[in-house]
Amino acid sequence: MSNHYKLRKKVLAVSSSGGHWVQLLRLKKSFESSEVSFLTTNRDCQKEMTERVFIVKDAHLDEKVKLVIMFIQIFWIILKLRPDVIITTGAAPGYAALMFGKLLGSKTIWLDSIANYDELSKSGKKVKIWADVWLTQWEHLAAEDGPKYAGKIL
Amino acid sequence: MIYVTVGSQLPFDRLINVIDFWAGENSDEELFAQIGRSKNPPKNFESIEFLTPSASDQYFKKAQLIISHVGMGSILTAIKYNKPMIVLPRKHELIEVRNNHQEATAKWVDQLPNIFVAWDEYSLLDLLNSNDKFNVNNDVYVNRQSPLIEYISDSISSS
Repeated sequence: MSNHYKLRKKVLAVSSSGGHWVQLLRLKKSFESSEVSFLTTNRDCQKEMTERVFIVKDAHLDEKVKLVIMFIQIFWIILKLRPDVIITTGAAPGYAALMFGKLLGSKTIWLDSIANYDELSKSGKKVKIWADVWLTQWEHLAAEDGPKYAGKIL
Repeated sequence: MIYVTVGSQLPFDRLINVIDFWAGENSDEELFAQIGRSKNPPKNFESIEFLTPSASDQYFKKAQLIISHVGMGSILTAIKYNKPMIVLPRKHELIEVRNNHQEATAKWVDQLPNIFVAWDEYSLLDLLNSNDKFNVNNDVYVNRQSPLIEYISDSISSS
């Protein structure tokens, strides 16, 4: 019994609120046999959840000061939690989480939003170096030197 | 019953007007619409400005068909209850919406089963006229995310 418990992976599931969050929640079944915590930018997201949810400052790529605060908050959470796996559906908080996660030894998974049909998102392109598993939800965007396609959340 | 919703932010009279016209020609169809702060309520069926989320949910459950703007909340609710859906994107140039997000979203939403995008009023009428061919309560979404769930599960256990 205690052995089985030790085998449960510690997962941190990260996303901005809104559409990214909705997609992350549709992946919940993937975390069934893991010890999962969530990280997002809106306190309202905690309401529907029984799992632990970390809340960080919301910031877009062009709000430099807020972004720095968000990055520090995310770094601190990962440093204390030391998850085995960090998975994200984007956007900026997800990028930060994968970057710090990779540097601190976690396995990192990026799932680009289903809304990015014409091309990969901005952060989705930049995150390549930090993502062990780099996924797009559209077959036509998958490539040899690009993200893989492994399915859709819808 | 056909349920029409325009979302909680802005009215969408272009959508309601087309449906009102169609309802006039198809009086045997039952429709109900949430129309927002509209100055032109429909003449051929009942409507209301706003509904609470739970009241709206009841209409989603009751309906055989949903017609909407391209709002992710409405689309996800239609998917949740396995209802076929027709969406008409709002256009920025007609001051129906603050940006052209809806037309961009419509492009990929069109790829999903049971969701039909009408790019203009004429295709909306065409879709309405063929609505008896749509799959109702067909669980098309029930296992669609399984491959991805499995892939991610495996990625986690092999970490």
